[in-house]
Amino acid sequence: MKIDNELILNVAKNARLNLTEDEISEFLPQLKEILESFSKIDKVNTKGIDPSFQPIEIKNVYRDDEIGKCLSQEEALKNTQHKKEGYFKGPKVI
Amino acid sequence: MKISEFILEVKSGNIDKEDYINKVIDEAKKINKEYNYFNTIIEKPVINKGKLNGLPVSVKDCICVKDIESTAGSKILKGYAPLFNATAVQNSIDNGAVIIGKTSQDEFGFGGFNINVGIDFKIPLNPFDTERVTGGSSGGAAGYTQKTKFAHFAIAESTGGSIVNPASFCGVVGLCPTYGLVSRYGLIDYANSLDKIGIMAKNVEDAVTALNIIKGYDKKDSTSIKDTIDLTKFLNKDVKGLKIGVIKESLKVDKPVNKAVWNAIKDLEKLGIKYKEISLPLTYKYGIACYYLLAMTEASTNLAKYCGMRYGLHEELKGNFNEYFSQVRSLGFGKEVKRRIILGTFARMAGFRDAYYLKAAKVRTLITQEYRGLFKKFDILLSPTMPVIAPKFLDTLKLTPLQNYMMDILTVGPNLAGLPHMTIPCGQEKGMPIGLMLIADHLKESKLIQVAGAYERK
Repeated sequence: MKIDNELILNVAKNARLNLTEDEISEFLPQLKEILESFSKIDKVNTKGIDPSFQPIEIKNVYRDDEIGKCLSQEEALKNTQHKKEGYFKGPKVI
Repeated sequence: MKISEFILEVKSGNIDKEDYINKVIDEAKKINKEYNYFNTIIEKPVINKGKLNGLPVSVKDCICVKDIESTAGSKILKGYAPLFNATAVQNSIDNGAVIIGKTSQDEFGFGGFNINVGIDFKIPLNPFDTERVTGGSSGGAAGYTQKTKFAHFAIAESTGGSIVNPASFCGVVGLCPTYGLVSRYGLIDYANSLDKIGIMAKNVEDAVTALNIIKGYDKKDSTSIKDTIDLTKFLNKDVKGLKIGVIKESLKVDKPVNKAVWNAIKDLEKLGIKYKEISLPLTYKYGIACYYLLAMTEASTNLAKYCGMRYGLHEELKGNFNEYFSQVRSLGFGKEVKRRIILGTFARMAGFRDAYYLKAAKVRTLITQEYRGLFKKFDILLSPTMPVIAPKFLDTLKLTPLQNYMMDILTVGPNLAGLPHMTIPCGQEKGMPIGLMLIADHLKESKLIQVAGAYERK
């Protein structure tokens, strides 16, 4: 696989990051070195092995569908600077 | 002064809680001017009632404290004041702890030296030598725990070694419990399947007292474990006949570190412990790659929520939502955060997901099996905590990001497998502390405490 400017820009766009020219030229050799080294896990035989998404066995936790205590509208908006009439105000969608 | 002594002194009237806390805050401010261990110091802390009798407790910045700025060391969370306490914090408060401030860290926990602090944050300096790092990511917690002369414990957090690493470099005790033993509710997460909240303290007894307070089942965390064992009762238990596996691969480290660890093994032998050298070939060969692929992938999804709308850093609302979110994220995240978001996003993108993320998750199963197989024969596995003493800032500048990651070789294994592990000081080189790491099977904190307690008393 080729790791080049184009790939990094594509990934950055997916991750909603604007990278500067300087950042791209700094990251490119570093990411190459890292991914090349990490690719060695390819050599591990994992045939028939299930992936672990947690280190311990966990079970689904269910609860009754009842109304509980939650944040008030005022509390939920306490940390934002962008609000209007009791709602979050976001950037333009279209 | 030990925590148990502090509690008694308050009870007998020899210590006035309010007066004590004022002195603690004055000292913390003084220390902070020189060493940068706090992102926030609470000017007038609330003194709570409970069995800890007003004990000062510091909290790593990534763990939420109600109404106190909690940033995880990142500019993107500047100004964020949580509306609730993390469960570990609430449990401490309910038992009479006094929260004194938020300790400094690598941004979102992304580092092993605490040099990857967020934009406009200060780097903490090692308490023994200010030209050296504290270790990371819980560097502030470790440095302050070492430096304060008052009774205290630190609530810290580890994803791949962020408790034992700085504890080792700063010469204090670090205790990272089994995944799920302490609730993660209220933790500003790095990688959910790896994150654990734990403790730093000046000695083993204090660390155990503290873990006993913060642990416990919490219905707000779906991975929380039901466990009500009183860990303090293992502190003075005899260790005769316990079996320790010494991890062969871990001893290929700097000579003074190797020597200090062997001395500790001989001391443990004198206490009646039996040891044998064992091997963890898969973990030592593939642990770093496996850990970083999983941690970065999870981090890249966790950090997707920071977009300058609901809390933290805000900019003027301009452009469409993609432009606005990208602008805020690019201004608010530091370099290492961007690097990890890019790597993590890459590892889970269509076409690469199976080869990187999914493969790493399977290797994780094998690594966990490798450890658990050994715990059928051994009570404890032992290694140095870090391969070197705390490096100088100048030397860390020469390392590439990959070389930085490689420093975690000894700590990623137990973190991947969710195993409880602990570091205790076991010697010095050039006046810098060296740490001994003990690892136990899931929910066998009792054995760590038994061995660490006996070693400390020797």
